[in-house]
Amino acid sequence: MADKILMKGNEAIAEAAIKAGCMHYFGYPITPQTEVAAYMAKRMPKIGGCFLQAESEVAAINMVYGVASTGKRVMTSSSSPGISLKSEGLSYLAGSDLPALIVNVQRGGPGLGGIQPSQADYFQATKGGGHGDFKMIVLAPSSVQEMADLTVKGFDLADKYRMPTMLLADGTMGQMMEPVSLDYEITSTVDKPWATTGTKMEREHNIVTSLFLKPDELEDLVIERYERYKVVEENEVMYEEYMMDDAEICIAAFGIAARVAKNAINEARKQGIKVGLIRPITLWPFPVAPFKKAANQVKEIISVELSMGQMIEDVRLASECKVPVTLCNRTGGMIPSPEQVLEAINKANGGAK
Amino acid sequence: MNNFKRLTLLCGHYGSGKTNVAVNLAFYLKKQYNNLVVADLDIVNPYFRTKDSIKDFNERGIELICSEYANTNVDIPALPADMYRLTTDKNLTAIIDVGGDDRGAYALGRLVPEIKSENNFDMLMVINGYRPLTPDAQSTIQVMREIETACGLKFTGLVNNSNIGAETTAQNVINSIGYAGEVSQASGLPIVMTTVKADLYDELKDKIDNLLPMTLQTKPV
Repeated sequence: MADKILMKGNEAIAEAAIKAGCMHYFGYPITPQTEVAAYMAKRMPKIGGCFLQAESEVAAINMVYGVASTGKRVMTSSSSPGISLKSEGLSYLAGSDLPALIVNVQRGGPGLGGIQPSQADYFQATKGGGHGDFKMIVLAPSSVQEMADLTVKGFDLADKYRMPTMLLADGTMGQMMEPVSLDYEITSTVDKPWATTGTKMEREHNIVTSLFLKPDELEDLVIERYERYKVVEENEVMYEEYMMDDAEICIAAFGIAARVAKNAINEARKQGIKVGLIRPITLWPFPVAPFKKAANQVKEIISVELSMGQMIEDVRLASECKVPVTLCNRTGGMIPSPEQVLEAINKANGGAK
Repeated sequence: MNNFKRLTLLCGHYGSGKTNVAVNLAFYLKKQYNNLVVADLDIVNPYFRTKDSIKDFNERGIELICSEYANTNVDIPALPADMYRLTTDKNLTAIIDVGGDDRGAYALGRLVPEIKSENNFDMLMVINGYRPLTPDAQSTIQVMREIETACGLKFTGLVNNSNIGAETTAQNVINSIGYAGEVSQASGLPIVMTTVKADLYDELKDKIDNLLPMTLQTKPV
């Protein structure tokens, strides 16, 4: 009926994945991401794709491993406790150089926590997500449109670098409804000569494994992988700058926190306070350069987070501790209000008015 | 819009806007009916609930029947014991907010024999042509049939709630009239009302019959 349709963030992920050529989805229900699975359950049978509700998150991630080995695009999704269950599989995917998209619509933790939005899985997503030396590309959407766009981008990056990619959203992003446009022209296809697609008696067997018992061989592999990570760090950093040109105070925020921060910045600008925003879109690779630059320009950086302060460590490293980096946060499923952020801005500007 | 039956059941596709319509319809009907109650029988999504509007209900003297566990630590798919009043207390005028799709409509089943025997109800399908899985009459009617099969009641009318959220323009609403008409024609059901954001009401009130102005009920983010 129209170019723009009204979608929940979770639905946008699912439809964008299908548009990106993902015909295999394995998952297990958990609030607040269940709509991804529910949507896939309705759509996949109609287009000849595979939707399978696994018996657990552990099973689902290993099904992802299986399909990824054949070179097909594949996705799973969950929320925080479910991602913890998948962490073994994430490590195996990385250790086998397999591309896949893993969606985490975060909820409050630790433990079972709650069902309300959170960003407290930042460490888990960006500092590993499982055992061993490895990285995942981590994408942080801040609107329903970006939920869709970054899903498509996530598949492309995963294929390009042969590594698991995570879409790190939160409960608000998953549940909120906004108009979206899903006009994608999917053109990029990556050749996958390593995939286990049958030799047809024409080539050697392809072997997908993460088991390497000879330590020197494993060391070489890990070092080679980290060379690839360097290329990702050089080429794939994404971020948004908002009113940073003349900013004297910088806010660092991603996802829903960045939306709240923008409201607060608009209000502060009305009061004449020069404040801007750096919004990381890739959490790994982290946008080091803009924060390094900001540290020579602003007098304080405020990290606004739905956690006890996790990204703040990367902000401090990137800004090389040249200026104070302070935290403005809520956690456990609570969201900082624009007023709370405005108060932090006022404080940074030399005291509350 | 007058002559509402004693029970107005709102069903529809997941995310079609049932709760928003229920809340706004309650505000509208409170002017006509004293004993107005809203019943939240949504067992599908605990994220958006009629109970989120409890303050507005209290201010207007509208009673809310909902699971006593709603918005608490044990927010499991539960139905309120109070829901039996909907069929036993014939003095009530009720708007019943049912969960999305066939899964949500199963919750109605327990009340259906009484609703049928009293036969003083309307079951309205809330439709939004801007939702990805109900973009045309055919897909919308498929959801309609699934809901009817699940709850054992037949729809009696439609609510055209086609919108794209806060960005909705008058043109978006006008463009949806054709869609709603096709659903109406294919199902044989009347369009009982069309809903619009309150700020579009004046622009559209002379162009569309039975227009209900709506205030979006949203989570305070």
